[in-house]
Amino acid sequence: MNTPIQQNFLNLAARAQQALQQRANGHRIVIQVGSATCEHAAGSNEVLEEFRKHVAASQREDILLRQTGCTGRCSREPIVGVMIPGQMPVKYERVNRQMVHEIFTTHIQKGTPLLKHILDGPVEKVARYELLVCGSARCGWRGQKLRGPLGEKLQAAGLGPDEVRVTAASCFGACGADSAGVSTHILVRPDKVLYRVQNDADLDEVIREHLVGGRIVERLRVKAEPVSQEFFELYGDVAFFNRQNRIALRHNGVIDPNSIEEYFHYQGFLALAKALQHQPDWVVDEVTKSNLRGRGGGGYPTGQKWRMGAEAKDPVRYLICNADEGDPGAFMDRSMLESDPFNVVEGMLIGGYAIGAQRGFFYIRAEYPLAVERIENAIRQCREYGLLGKKILGSDFDFDLEIRLGAGAFVCGEETALIHSIEGERGQPRVRPPFPTQSGLWGKPTVINNVETFANVPVIIQFGADWFRRIGTAQSGGTKVFALAGKVTHTGLVEVPMGTTLQEVVQEIGGGSPGGKQIKAVQTGGPAGGCIPAKWLDLRIDYDTLNKAGSIMGSGGMIVLDESDCMVDIAKFFVKFSEDESCGKCTPCREGTKRMAEILDRITTGQGTLEDLDRLERLARLIKKSSLCGLGRAAPNPVLSTLEHFREEYLAHVTQQRCPAKRCVALVRYEINEPKCVGCTVCAKNCPVECISGARREPHVIDQLRCIKCGRCFEVCRFNAVNRL
Amino acid sequence: MSIRTDNWEQVQATAEAALTPAIVEYIAQCRQSCEPASHLIGVLHKVQSHFGYLGREQLDAVAQLLQVPAAKVAGVASFYHFFRLQPRGQFIINVCLGTACYVKGADRVAQKVMDELGITWGETTKDGIFTLEGSRCLGTCGLAPVIMVGNEVHGNVTPDQVPVILDKYLEKARKGSAA
Ligand SMILES: Cc1cc2nc3c(=O)[nH]c(=O)nc-3n(C[C@H](O)[C@H](O)[C@H](O)COP(=O)(O)O)c2cc1C
Ligand code: SF4
Ligand code: SF4
Ligand code: SF4
Ligand code: FES
Ligand code: FES
Repeated sequence: MNTPIQQNFLNLAARAQQALQQRANGHRIVIQVGSATCEHAAGSNEVLEEFRKHVAASQREDILLRQTGCTGRCSREPIVGVMIPGQMPVKYERVNRQMVHEIFTTHIQKGTPLLKHILDGPVEKVARYELLVCGSARCGWRGQKLRGPLGEKLQAAGLGPDEVRVTAASCFGACGADSAGVSTHILVRPDKVLYRVQNDADLDEVIREHLVGGRIVERLRVKAEPVSQEFFELYGDVAFFNRQNRIALRHNGVIDPNSIEEYFHYQGFLALAKALQHQPDWVVDEVTKSNLRGRGGGGYPTGQKWRMGAEAKDPVRYLICNADEGDPGAFMDRSMLESDPFNVVEGMLIGGYAIGAQRGFFYIRAEYPLAVERIENAIRQCREYGLLGKKILGSDFDFDLEIRLGAGAFVCGEETALIHSIEGERGQPRVRPPFPTQSGLWGKPTVINNVETFANVPVIIQFGADWFRRIGTAQSGGTKVFALAGKVTHTGLVEVPMGTTLQEVVQEIGGGSPGGKQIKAVQTGGPAGGCIPAKWLDLRIDYDTLNKAGSIMGSGGMIVLDESDCMVDIAKFFVKFSEDESCGKCTPCREGTKRMAEILDRITTGQGTLEDLDRLERLARLIKKSSLCGLGRAAPNPVLSTLEHFREEYLAHVTQQRCPAKRCVALVRYEINEPKCVGCTVCAKNCPVECISGARREPHVIDQLRCIKCGRCFEVCRFNAVNRL
Repeated sequence: MSIRTDNWEQVQATAEAALTPAIVEYIAQCRQSCEPASHLIGVLHKVQSHFGYLGREQLDAVAQLLQVPAAKVAGVASFYHFFRLQPRGQFIINVCLGTACYVKGADRVAQKVMDELGITWGETTKDGIFTLEGSRCLGTCGLAPVIMVGNEVHGNVTPDQVPVILDKYLEKARKGSAA
């Protein structure tokens, strides 16, 4: 029999389902357009508008136009999905107005997909079926080695690659304790059927019955829908995605972020209902067992933090979601808030219940207006459904959420500074202890967690701590989302299990460096992190391994640097960042970052000495030891890690006045190579200080005294006649 | 608790005149909440989004109506980078100076903007149309380098595209003033 809480949940879910059905009434074809800050930047609003016009003009009533969030694949946006029943879902990349017309007339009206615009395409043919075979080591029977025999079996059954495409995928999340080691999961697209096969006979049956005969093999079908199935059904053909493990990002690009009804449809609030039917203690235990560690940077075990909050003496307690996302180069929190806001809200509801809080706060940076809008909307809809307020789902749990805005201060990501900022004060940190779990917001026990931490909570409750812990390493469970950017072919959000190697993320998912340049290092952890040299790319990513390599996990920024990036310049970039963002409360950080920046300035302009290097290192260690808060204590990391791994670059700057990457402006020179110059005058026209002379069709010359080394001539010369020395 | 002086009515009238009815109403709501002073930053956001910056009069008015010491209001307004104490141009050009943009050449894009408009960081053009600012990360690093003009984000910007982008807003400004 259902408990009252379960019954209340089912009633709400039914209400949502009904509303959804009314909206989807009679619609068969779905066109979805991404909508998030990045999608808008790429022009998705115009694309949506254009589709709207086309749908209206066609007078077809069976087409549903909907919006989803973003998949984290900024460089390919706007992304448009076209779903026609019984056919493979097709996603288009970099869609513009003209393409809308083409997609509409050719694909939607005539049923022929536009192969040349397909996401990560072009492809030659869309196969009738696609088999996504889980290649994760956790999936047992043959696992990665299944693809070969599978291909042969298909061949024997007369199914060529045009008919059935076989793709290796990462984990779908279907791997329970019972199946690990003995079976492999296979998802059949577009039929949305997931099989668990254990031996050749199973495989043969799937091929014979399903692929040839068109009948679903119920015996082998996984009934409960695993965490990432919806995502893979939609995006499983895209190489960038199918190597990933989409858990925190499972709904990104799948769900309409403005609709609580859709969230219900994707099993939303199931975890909340489950949690409310247990004691808060049970929730804390589950989260502890799951090995979830804080995704905001520090990696503190979340269960342990919640335990401290739950055991605090004062019954008035607060919960805060840290959405300040200050690392310049990370945007996973924004993407989650914009694309799957209800998931984060549900995570907070569960957290609030676990620690016995009455009020929760979203602290969102002001630079994210769309995230604020979507969370506001999510809170409003939750209140309407009675999921926020008094007696949630008929339990004794009362909880409400508020939004507070940041105002552009990086230090406000630090817990005590953040608390001051919510209180309406200047965001300056204070000495800890007391820790916020003892005395936080308005002096009350307060638990602060990162957006991604909360985003993982509902799945832990829904699928169980054991399941979550198995994804990941012995020290930390689950996945981590990285914002892959910089000198890498495919940029975007990458979610992979803890323990994945940097190599897999950068080379296999990111596609390595574009234009064949040599990757030099990977920067992780933003201004608090360090640079990991390319020779260590086989490092398994985890909190502790990154620390040992002189960097940190941080919030997940991952910037790939190549041979044209100067490591001294990168260190200077981060030190200047910390200098600007230092709140000024304590001397080591306020003065120390300034002095470090001065020394780095000297080095990058060729005025540094060998003693400067020692001075820099001593100063960095001192600041690390004596600063009050995490900002100051981490600010020297970029310097120390580059000094350790790239000392020879520093030496080239101070002993030879040379920048090996040719990045430091003061140390490069531009010269025109006489024999190569054809005298086209382009460089002279582009030089901002008009210091290039020469007659038409005659070799040109740069006046070195007046040249400001802007590099324009180097860029514009089409004959490679300008040398950068 | 509020500190009401004898001339409160007059003070209140002056303060309300310096703000808009919507903001006055919002402050009144905040006063009703459990911790009125904690809404200071939210109120300043509202003021800045309406006036474009935080003027002296507005800061005083907020202090009076929210009943927070004027020194604290000024302290908070000057602490946070997002708040501006000087008037700004019609369009704010925000060049992303985050890591991803930096390694993709944001500095050269910024230089081009400066060359085109003859202004540097924090300055406004003489015609009052553009103000140049740098920002930490606009959260669209996959499109680096990124600049934001007004509320619109432009991705994968090269120095050569800068004049084209600027022209678009110049045109808008011209149309706006004609209308
Ligand atoms: C200078 C500084 C900036 C920080 N910025 C952030 C941030 O933007 N987002 C975040 O979640 N945590 C940030 N943190 C870490 C938080 O202080 C805190 O550890 C975290 O929010 C706790 O949540 P978690 O345990 O879920 O990671 C920052 C810390 C420091 C010292
Ligand atoms: S370490 Fe820096 S940011 Fe932190 S309190 Fe000291 S001065 Fe402020
Ligand atoms: S580097 Fe710039 S200033 Fe120097 S010659 Fe080339 S274009 Fe002119
Ligand atoms: S652009 Fe190149 S080829 Fe043309 S004049 Fe300049 S250096 Fe010579
Ligand atoms: S390891 Fe195969 S579904 Fe998880
Ligand atoms: S670094 Fe420029 S948008 Fe993130």
